Amino acid sequence: MSSTVATRRGFTPGQYLICLSGIVWREALRFTRQRERFVSALVRPLVWLFIFAAGFRQILGVSIIPPYQTYVLYEVYVTPGLMAMIQLFNGMQSSLSMVYDREMGNMRMLLVSPFPRAFLLISKLLASTAVSVLQVYAYLVVAWLWGVDLPPWGWLTVLPALALAGFMLGALGMLLSSAIRQLENFAGVMNFVIFPMFFASSALYPLWLVEQSSPVVYTICRLNPFTYAVELIRFALYMEIDWVSLAVVAGMTVVFTLGAILAYDPSRGLIARRGGGPG
Amino acid sequence: MAAQNRLAEAAPAPPALLVEDVSHSYGTRRALEHVNLHVAPGRFTALLGLNGAGKTTLFSLITRLFDVRSGRIRVHGHDVTRAPGEALRALGVVFQARTLDLDISVRDNLLYHAALHGIGRREARARAADVLAEVELAERERDSVRQLSGGQMRRVEIARALLHRPRLLVVDEPTVGLDVASKSVIVTHVRRLVAERGVAVLWATHLLDEVAAEDDVFVLHRGRIVADGTATTLIAQTGAADLRSAFSSLVGPAPEEPA
Repeated sequence: MSSTVATRRGFTPGQYLICLSGIVWREALRFTRQRERFVSALVRPLVWLFIFAAGFRQILGVSIIPPYQTYVLYEVYVTPGLMAMIQLFNGMQSSLSMVYDREMGNMRMLLVSPFPRAFLLISKLLASTAVSVLQVYAYLVVAWLWGVDLPPWGWLTVLPALALAGFMLGALGMLLSSAIRQLENFAGVMNFVIFPMFFASSALYPLWLVEQSSPVVYTICRLNPFTYAVELIRFALYMEIDWVSLAVVAGMTVVFTLGAILAYDPSRGLIARRGGGPG
Repeated sequence: MAAQNRLAEAAPAPPALLVEDVSHSYGTRRALEHVNLHVAPGRFTALLGLNGAGKTTLFSLITRLFDVRSGRIRVHGHDVTRAPGEALRALGVVFQARTLDLDISVRDNLLYHAALHGIGRREARARAADVLAEVELAERERDSVRQLSGGQMRRVEIARALLHRPRLLVVDEPTVGLDVASKSVIVTHVRRLVAERGVAVLWATHLLDEVAAEDDVFVLHRGRIVADGTATTLIAQTGAADLRSAFSSLVGPAPEEPA
């Protein structure tokens, strides 16, 4: 009976676009309102660049390895790693904000939108990626002023790599956010995800150096998807494509995104198993 | 085609909300057991229950935050599991927990909600101005949500829930913790929506003074509907003197109304 009365009407592509731009706009708005977030996102890699890189340049020799055609300064070597670090922290920050939103209730308004949930979550990831890319370019400007010399066209060719790496790390953050019960547990993410991912990668030192000192750590670095995000960015910055990195980052993006969508799906996800409110 | 249209016209309108034999558990803990409930179009329906009765769980199922694993829920004829988009389109929600973004302005909160319903920017601005005027907050449009009082935040949430012009409004304990004046503004506004616009309302509460004699009432206790009817019939059925006594006889002592 009701099927004759309840007629279905879907959304137009224009309405999908409105929804996507609304989610990106809100993320950008929140980001601009939270100036401390922007400053800390910028300060963190700059501290590494100004202090850590200055110290390491004297003790760490970087031999000629692709994509570099010649010896490079440590500041130059570490720049792609720090760019990826910005995206890693942004992805986790985004995860933190999703846990906060869930605790504060904002997340519910996203999830009760009539648009398909997968679309909403992907829109949220795109929004977070856009913010992370902006942060990276802000960092690149400061690095350039500091004297880090990068190929001019690299600024452009690195954009797709940043978009993909940002999306992968955002999806990982979203997946983690579904598993974190409370904000207090977020410290665990710092200890068990961010730091191991960052240090066990090629962000700070070339993998051949790691291999020389510890084959076990080298293997861990090889298994770490963040390593491939760093290398994807590094090669793209020099107008090259590292196909292995591209394949791994693309593959992990799909895995993390599907995982996050499943986790936030009310029929399969973890959220529904958490218990209800007081009423 | 004409015959189909005539058929559709002849078919009675489905309930604004139909909950059929819904059960839900958190692990081994049973939160809802075989709940049946309906909200007729254009009616104010109160869902009464003490804290822990299962009201919020039921709201989470209606809004598809949780999946309906046992039973069925329809909003204006649309099954929330099979056609969630259509069901959620027809639904406006005010959750018990605050869901406004404190870091952005009142208007930006509304525009964000409009985008989540596919409403374009220009139209959204006009609607935002209208709904804020209705809840007497037009002058606070550009203020940060953080600057509002608890009652004002609630009014913004109700305005937001109405922005996409839903035909069913579900409201979970909207007046808890509010002063008498704020409470009155909210209750009056929602009742006006029912009377003037024919919006159906499911109003979950444990505060009995918010229920009028002619309202439809469902009493939820320990995950089960233990009584239903209008407030007047419930009083008559239980042989009580008033709704408070009727409620107490069904579920135990009713909580005191705040002064």
